[in-house]
Amino acid sequence: MRAATDLPAPLDNPFRSSVWPRIAGVALLVYVVWACAQMDISWARVEIGLENAAHFFSRLFPPNFTRWEILVKGLLESLQIAVLASALGIVLALPIGLCASRNLMPAWASWPARFLIVTARSFHPVIVAIVFVKAVGFGALAGVLALTVASIGFIGKLFTEAIEEISLKQVEAVRATGAPFASVLGFGVLPQVFSRFIGFATYQLDSNLRNSTMVGIVGAGGIGGTLFAAFQRFDYDFVCAILLSIIAIIMAGELMATAVRRIFIGNATFADLWRRGRAAPKLQPLQDD
Amino acid sequence: MLTLQHLSKSYVAGVPVLQDVNLDIAARGITAIIGPSGTGKSTLIRCINRLIEPTQGAILFDGTDVARLSGAGLRHARRHIGMVFQEYNLVERLTVMENLLSGRLGYVSAWRAWRRKFPPADIRRAFELLDVVGLTGFANQRADALSGGQRQRVGIARAVMQEPKLLLADEPTSSLDPKTSVEIMQLLADIARSREIPVLINMHDVELAKRFADRVVGMSGGRIVFDGPPGDLDDGKLKVIYGGEGWLH
Repeated sequence: MRAATDLPAPLDNPFRSSVWPRIAGVALLVYVVWACAQMDISWARVEIGLENAAHFFSRLFPPNFTRWEILVKGLLESLQIAVLASALGIVLALPIGLCASRNLMPAWASWPARFLIVTARSFHPVIVAIVFVKAVGFGALAGVLALTVASIGFIGKLFTEAIEEISLKQVEAVRATGAPFASVLGFGVLPQVFSRFIGFATYQLDSNLRNSTMVGIVGAGGIGGTLFAAFQRFDYDFVCAILLSIIAIIMAGELMATAVRRIFIGNATFADLWRRGRAAPKLQPLQDD
Repeated sequence: MLTLQHLSKSYVAGVPVLQDVNLDIAARGITAIIGPSGTGKSTLIRCINRLIEPTQGAILFDGTDVARLSGAGLRHARRHIGMVFQEYNLVERLTVMENLLSGRLGYVSAWRAWRRKFPPADIRRAFELLDVVGLTGFANQRADALSGGQRQRVGIARAVMQEPKLLLADEPTSSLDPKTSVEIMQLLADIARSREIPVLINMHDVELAKRFADRVVGMSGGRIVFDGPPGDLDDGKLKVIYGGEGWLH
């Protein structure tokens, strides 16, 4: 037993203040002030900006829906771009994501797949869209391809991570039955990742819906082209109509994605999806009591 | 039925976990492998169906050397070897019925399996086995909704669905309470006897091994140090297997 006097004296404040975070805080403040001065952002400049903004916003309202045919056509095209790109992206991301998972695949398969995913994620969709507009010409095809690339990058990465987190014990048990690899995937791997995959896919559809309204700005089809033209012609009331319609579409998409996720996440499997809608499941002659 | 010849396994070169194991398993009866933790019991069992690659030696099962098989040949050998796991290893998000039918995956094409188109005979068999293991009515429950004892019953039924010629069990009762452990061992023993399937079980519990096994194999340091009927397993033999003696009553 040590004497009480051997113990270190109690500190008045157990939360020791550290010098470095304070220095970093001061440095950040100094940098912000310096950057403002450098870019000539003064109060006078802000006043001019505010005046201009007030003028702009006053011209946005009331929104002008008289050219609704152009509006609807653009929105429908955006919607098609989003749906097609999501479908194509999901279909391609599944095998690529599977190949990239290091716990199921050998290095010669996972490295190229990982490289592909990283490349797909490297560029903003707008940059990819410009590339495809140059490659395949103006129009919706370029938009679909650009968002497909983005979808492969996003879903591929998350799907790979989901597979790498599964329990290998369940996979081991299926392997031990002598199942071929495709059956091991179907019974040992997919059930473990399916609900998460639905989550990624709906999130990606949501995200593609938003991005599909933007790729048009660089000529890759959809409402974005109409929006850009309206801006350039100073048709601000039409701009407002377009922006309100985009908000409505995104909200509708959000609601749909939430509904899909509520159905699937947590309690559904691929098999459930398959069984749903079939009249009489053959596997239920017994009842629980 | 099963003959292990000079089986060795080293995870790290020069540090063998199994050393020159020779074992003959007859076509009938329950063989329990006992021994201290880390002595290679699990490795031995997993080498037999090649979930772990043996470093050396032959595994003669039904006339072929499993250690030399690969691809389809290995899968065909595996489907005749059922396995029961310590942590049940059920696919949690699948139903009890799907878990049972996964025992047939070696016989059904992947295309049919993905669409859940199993032969009616397999489905009938699965329902029969559910009755045998005492889980009548649980077919559509999800595996993660079951208790430990119920899960292990599903695990046993899945292994038996394979119509195996050999049943391996890796510590099947170590995650269960004493009463459930006895029930699970009883179930395994009943199935082994009524279906004439030889069973090879890893066990921690010496008393349980003595009670249910026809033959006990004692391992220590990666080698077999005892092999005989449970009646021969006296304190002297247990000392050889586990070392020390303070723990003996």
